[in-house]
Amino acid sequence: MSSPLLGEFLRSHGVTRRDFLQFCTTTAALMGLSSAMVPRVAAALAQARRPSVIWLPFQECTGCTESITRAHGSTLESLIFQGISLDYQHTLQAAAGDAAERARETAMQENWGRYLLIVDGSIPTGNKGFSTIAGRDNLSLLQEAARGAAAIVALGSCAAFGGIPGADPNPTGAVAVSAIVKDKPIINVSGCPPIPVVITGVLTQYLTFGKLPELDALGRPRSFYGQTIHDRCYRRPFYERGQFADSFDDEGARQGWCLYKLGCRGPTTHNACATVKWNDGTSFPIEAGHGCIGCSEPGFWDKGGFYQPLSTGQWGSARTLGTAVGVGTALGVASAALARRRQKDAEGA
Amino acid sequence: MNLLDFARGPALQWSLVIFVVGVLWRLLGVLLLRTRKDLSEPRQAAAWKGLRLIALRSWPRKEFLGGTAFGEVMGYAFHIGFLLTLFFYVPHVLFFADIARGLFGTDLHGLTGLHWPTLPNGVVTLLSAISIAALVAVLIHRIVNPVKRLISNFDDYFSWLVTIAPLATGMAAFAHLGGWPYERLLAVHLLSAELLLVWFPFGKLMHAFTIFVARGSTGMLFERKGASL
Repeated sequence: MSSPLLGEFLRSHGVTRRDFLQFCTTTAALMGLSSAMVPRVAAALAQARRPSVIWLPFQECTGCTESITRAHGSTLESLIFQGISLDYQHTLQAAAGDAAERARETAMQENWGRYLLIVDGSIPTGNKGFSTIAGRDNLSLLQEAARGAAAIVALGSCAAFGGIPGADPNPTGAVAVSAIVKDKPIINVSGCPPIPVVITGVLTQYLTFGKLPELDALGRPRSFYGQTIHDRCYRRPFYERGQFADSFDDEGARQGWCLYKLGCRGPTTHNACATVKWNDGTSFPIEAGHGCIGCSEPGFWDKGGFYQPLSTGQWGSARTLGTAVGVGTALGVASAALARRRQKDAEGA
Repeated sequence: MNLLDFARGPALQWSLVIFVVGVLWRLLGVLLLRTRKDLSEPRQAAAWKGLRLIALRSWPRKEFLGGTAFGEVMGYAFHIGFLLTLFFYVPHVLFFADIARGLFGTDLHGLTGLHWPTLPNGVVTLLSAISIAALVAVLIHRIVNPVKRLISNFDDYFSWLVTIAPLATGMAAFAHLGGWPYERLLAVHLLSAELLLVWFPFGKLMHAFTIFVARGSTGMLFERKGASL
């Protein structure tokens, strides 16, 4: 199927060469590429054919879609995103019902082995009726679509790690894409939701170099998830100086001190929020006065209270320690009694 | 479950249980031993006055100063640095506050009305560095000194290792050394502290609980016999 070049598409939408190069420079920097690579990124991106993308939303809240489509306004990131040939996304597309499903099947057939599959939401493995699209369960839809995909982007923490649907007690048996698909490259773009520029960055890299970015141990692009929020946080100097806000309305909070004591998960969370920020680079949660909740990490929902400091241990119960005290006391008394008897025997002998 | 979850969860709970059981077992096992009746006439009726030996032995005696000064200085440097780091570093204080919450349903402030003061991170870093330096110095002294080397056994070296490990890993976590992710450094630090807890009751580290009891009972014995303290 013939599709316009991405460069032509952007020009037709009023994107100037200057804006385009600025986007390429930013994206190259975010991907950890040298400035010498910018012309190559720009040239490759301008000449790229709009890739066919099939987006399957499963057990999700549509937050990831909201994030990526940047509902607040049209940006170059959103245009790059529009620049792809999004052949199926049941939230965004105009078609519905059989027409929508036919569009998906047609796109899959015409681009078999070449299309990019984006999945957001986790996949229920319990009752098949927990989540269905056009009467089909999520598991079989994913398995079918994955077979013809060149690569899969697991968008958001639900698709990447199971997310909130997979949180204890996980009533639907929700799992991540990687738990089901084993024979295709999977890029986990985690976050609840993920940062828009991260998905466009991954798409740009794919369009530019025809290959997937370098991934970390959790399958996330290293260029965006290589460092922790804490590493890049502007409040880090306060942490180093031991200046912490004790509550959300005390003097420390007003002074913008570190939110560690209020449960900030920055030190254990890998994401680019502190550098890329949100809403056109306006701010990120810590800048808005709330600690990071670690949403781009696996199992973030089950890691204790969001307002408990990171140093918090999972102690079990006071009963466990109480039992330990009882056992220790009994052992001590018993061993002393044994020793006393031996002493007495020795004295008697 | 990742390494940090393991370190903060089951490893922490089990190491605490082993620590509590072990300490009580050993402490009560010693304290409840039968003391042999002393039939001799006491030289000093008020034997309890010998308890002052607890304080007296904490300071070097002039006549032995030449031989003990190094150990005393290094001992104080290590212990002060270690204890201040342990009890006044902000994340540690939060950690202990959480124990109180787990046990009593409220933190220390709610329990006592008192605020637990903390030290600035720079001060804690310096104190930790002093502690590590003192530990390295005493290890070298132990190895170089022929008598100390002769009387040292596995317990001495292993106790040294599990003591310096939390200090070293804590500093590594604080400084983000080695290019490791913070959570892995934090997990290793927690695991090293848990190793210390597990080994504590069964090796020479138990002196933290027995030293003052031993000094007190020795002092009372000496006092009863009329010996000079």
